[in-house]
Amino acid sequence: MSQMNRIKGGLVNQKKSISFTFNGQILTGFEGDTLASALLANNKKLVGRSFKYHRPRGIVTAGSEEPNAIMEIGNGAYKEPNTKATITQLYNGLEANSQNHRGPLGFDLMAITDFLSPLLGAGFYYKTFMWPKAFWEKFYEPAIRNAAGLGTLSTEADPDTYDKGFRYCDILIIGAGATGLSAAITAASSGAKVILADEDFLMGGRLNTESIKIDGGSGSKWAKDTVAALSTMENVTLMSDTTIFGVYDHGIYGAIENRSSEAREDKDKPRQVNWRIYAKRSILCAGAIERSIAFGNNDRPGIMLASAVRSYANRFAVATGDKVSVYTNNDDGWTTARDLVLKNVRVVAVIDSRSISPVLRVPGAEIFMGTDVVDTKGRRALKSIKLSNGKTIDTDCLAVSGGWNPNLHLTCHHRGIPKWNGEIASFIPDKANPPGMTVAGRAKGTMVLSDAIIEGHNEGASVASDLGYKVKKSDPSETPSVSYSVTANWGVPSGKNRAWVDLQNDVTAKDIKLANQEGFKSVEHVKRYTTLGMATDQGKTANVLGIGIMADNMGQTMEETGTTIFRPPYSPVAIGAFAGRRRGMEFYPTRYTPSHKWSVEQNAIFVEVGMWYRSQWFPLPGETHWRESVDREVKQTRASVGICDVTTLGKIDIKGSDVSEFLNKVYVNAFAKVPVGKTRYGLMLREDGMVMDDGTTARLSENHFVMTTTTANAVNVYRHLQFCHQCLWPDLDVHMISVTEQFAQYAVAGPNSRKLLQKVIDSDCDISNEAFPYMAAGEITVCGGIPARLFRISFSGELAYEIAVQTRYGDSLMRVLMEAGEEFNVVPYGTEALGVMRIEKGHAAGPELNGQTSAYDLGMGGMVSGKKDFIGYKLGLREDLLRDDRMQMVGFKPVNTQDLLQAGSHLLNLRDKPSTETDQGWISSCIYSPILGHYIGIGFIKSGHSRKGEFVRAVDLVRGNDIEVEICSPHFVDPEGERLRV
Amino acid sequence: MIINHPLLGPRDSEEFVYLGAADLINRPNNWEQDASAEDFYQYQYIRENIAGDHRELWYHEQGDQSWLVVTRNTLSHEIINVELAQDVSRGIGRGK
Repeated sequence: MSQMNRIKGGLVNQKKSISFTFNGQILTGFEGDTLASALLANNKKLVGRSFKYHRPRGIVTAGSEEPNAIMEIGNGAYKEPNTKATITQLYNGLEANSQNHRGPLGFDLMAITDFLSPLLGAGFYYKTFMWPKAFWEKFYEPAIRNAAGLGTLSTEADPDTYDKGFRYCDILIIGAGATGLSAAITAASSGAKVILADEDFLMGGRLNTESIKIDGGSGSKWAKDTVAALSTMENVTLMSDTTIFGVYDHGIYGAIENRSSEAREDKDKPRQVNWRIYAKRSILCAGAIERSIAFGNNDRPGIMLASAVRSYANRFAVATGDKVSVYTNNDDGWTTARDLVLKNVRVVAVIDSRSISPVLRVPGAEIFMGTDVVDTKGRRALKSIKLSNGKTIDTDCLAVSGGWNPNLHLTCHHRGIPKWNGEIASFIPDKANPPGMTVAGRAKGTMVLSDAIIEGHNEGASVASDLGYKVKKSDPSETPSVSYSVTANWGVPSGKNRAWVDLQNDVTAKDIKLANQEGFKSVEHVKRYTTLGMATDQGKTANVLGIGIMADNMGQTMEETGTTIFRPPYSPVAIGAFAGRRRGMEFYPTRYTPSHKWSVEQNAIFVEVGMWYRSQWFPLPGETHWRESVDREVKQTRASVGICDVTTLGKIDIKGSDVSEFLNKVYVNAFAKVPVGKTRYGLMLREDGMVMDDGTTARLSENHFVMTTTTANAVNVYRHLQFCHQCLWPDLDVHMISVTEQFAQYAVAGPNSRKLLQKVIDSDCDISNEAFPYMAAGEITVCGGIPARLFRISFSGELAYEIAVQTRYGDSLMRVLMEAGEEFNVVPYGTEALGVMRIEKGHAAGPELNGQTSAYDLGMGGMVSGKKDFIGYKLGLREDLLRDDRMQMVGFKPVNTQDLLQAGSHLLNLRDKPSTETDQGWISSCIYSPILGHYIGIGFIKSGHSRKGEFVRAVDLVRGNDIEVEICSPHFVDPEGERLRV
Repeated sequence: MIINHPLLGPRDSEEFVYLGAADLINRPNNWEQDASAEDFYQYQYIRENIAGDHRELWYHEQGDQSWLVVTRNTLSHEIINVELAQDVSRGIGRGK
């Protein structure tokens, strides 16, 4: 029968059916249902199996504290395991599957573990699977992992979209129950900017689940009206279905907003939004969470928290049983009995562990005072309970209340330690909350609703007035005062039966006792040994109960026992929500070079270089292998002329009267006397003497310099220069700005480069070898008056220039250069050809500047000045950095020119076996040289500078290569540099 | 965290890059003396691991590129003071 447990009323829309599936069976619920309430309406009592013993389990709570009803939602890549049915809003087509069982839910093949339970107590795997040692990794661990564990992952990429957002407010109110709404309406009436967040999709907190009246009407109506009033106020932002999961420094709160319903209709909309909320103050109104009592077999489907039974009846119009019994140690449990009777649900018994007079009259129910429940029966659903007086009662739902714990999680995110309050038999927040946070209502331990409403009202007013807002005088809403009295009851002796404390982790009272007996005295140690309070619910219903049992075992107070440390997140947050949109190509911004559009037209192959997208090579029709293209680009450049976009090199514009003095302090070589119109190569060290970066700096005028850095280090070098200036030499007249993206820059390299440029550069600019020699720099104009900068520098080793124009002319300049170069058979070249030519020329680059190489190691010791202080000077002189047997950079070529040489190969003396002890060095960069017709490499080898001409082995055990190579100079092409100066 | 920039007001710490102890401002000037090797070693490598108020360098990379000296309590993350590193450097005589 469809929805056989549905009763009248509630806050669900009984006119609007929603269809969903559970383990393949098609069921219906109503709009406003959670998955849990819809399952209960359909009499699905058994909804999952437990983590360790595979015990049949049912729904226990009606909120985010749920330990049992965790499910896999959706299928394929959309499948999400460990989702709490109690907070999953029901929607059409929702597909839910129970998890953690082999075979059907009703007959789990793994349930055998339950009969082995005497062997599987706390810490069993530390004790049982110790021998033989080798079995752990190969046998025991995989077997245990297979048997235990929660849901399974789809193992596919998450297809959902996530987003991030930022919000700012004066007052963040966490929790939209009676206290939070009361605080919000008062604070908002002052004009303060208020954000009100609640984890439920329906604001109102427990007012939606109680039959109590506020201002003469129902609590849920009062909540609805208050929310409606708040929603009309411009200074208020309402965030329902939003969990504040963490409290960070300086008033920053992490919030996760669930927008699943919106995302299901439009795949581009985010499923969740990870908000960062900046709040001057916050008021925590997170209410309280009910706890259970540990008695024998207290985990059967049908045994629920009393407040949940009430929620399902009042809010969701679901009767959780035909013959309900209530077991309580406090007054609030009685409210469940009363409300069920009002809803015409039969209550068969109320059992109160306290020896007092009955709190309420419950028509039709047997009342047992000073009595406990000691055992239960019914494997897949509760059938009966046994009382301490020997009596057995037939019942299909037992509502248990062990008292209420203030929900103080967020008050502890800055290491706050809760304190014990005997009157309400629970922990309450200590004064040391995160700065800016105050607490009101039941979260603070104010358990009586009428008091909590007043507290919220007053706190809202006081925080707003602290922030300088004028609060209009108003009266808090009125509700009858209902007292709350509780006597702690952590559990009753259960004999051979197990009394469960943590349902999600299958931790029993006996496990805690065993841990204590074995010497685990600290609550943190007991947590880790027994797993009490771990997993997706983080022990929200179990922790205080466990601590109570521990305190009893050890004969100490609750205060002495203490709580474990609370850490974010309050409830689980999907990893995708932290990534937001930063996935795949959006992991960081894609930066295109000025010639990108033109390169796309040429069918260039692109590669990510640092933050940039650069052309790697330009294949021509018919070329089938990348080497064909790259070899052609190199040969054509060296034979005539080639063009490469080098915009990505860092460019720093430096002005001021002290720039040369400043450069002298950051470069190892002399920069004090660079003439105007000249460029100089500079080597930069870190303070520890290791090479940081290299590049050229040109002096365009007396007080104006332009520095280039490597692509990878552009940001670091600029940051370093700013540090040197602001922190070390603050009064030097130096002004810097990064202009990497403001100028498009092209290398024009090859014997015909001058001829090509002369066609483009305006005729009044003389760039003949005499007027514009090697290392010259100057400001020129191109194409009839467009300002440009020209540098006669070369990375390829050819006669070469770099020409820069403002970025907006970059695309045009590329086209103009290519057109002008047609008569010289000009070729565009990419990063591969660039790399080939720099290795042929023996220039160090990224693989060589690895943070462990000194100027001497790179063969540039001669550049290092001994006549000035510069960053890295003193520590660069340390004895060990000057030793002759350091790894020094040299060139390598195969003895047999047919051999393949690979970067990453290790170098060995000819007769040595490969080992760490015999390792002589490594090949750092390697390419096939189309000019020489064989592979060449540069790399590091012990005492390399004095070993030229020696033969060693290059061994690559990973790729199975072992060849003989000759140590040589790294300058393979034009070692004298004659081509540069023609 | 929020850093109260002396020129720009409160800014999220995500806009900043952290370097280390503000002692890094105090670079030795005695490079010509042999004894300075020890001073540079101390300057480069030796740090007090302070549990309490710690003066440290932050760089407003996604902002105005100021280097700041931030006094932060390493136990509570409370930020007690924020100064421009340039002013601090001048204050200890590194200016002209």
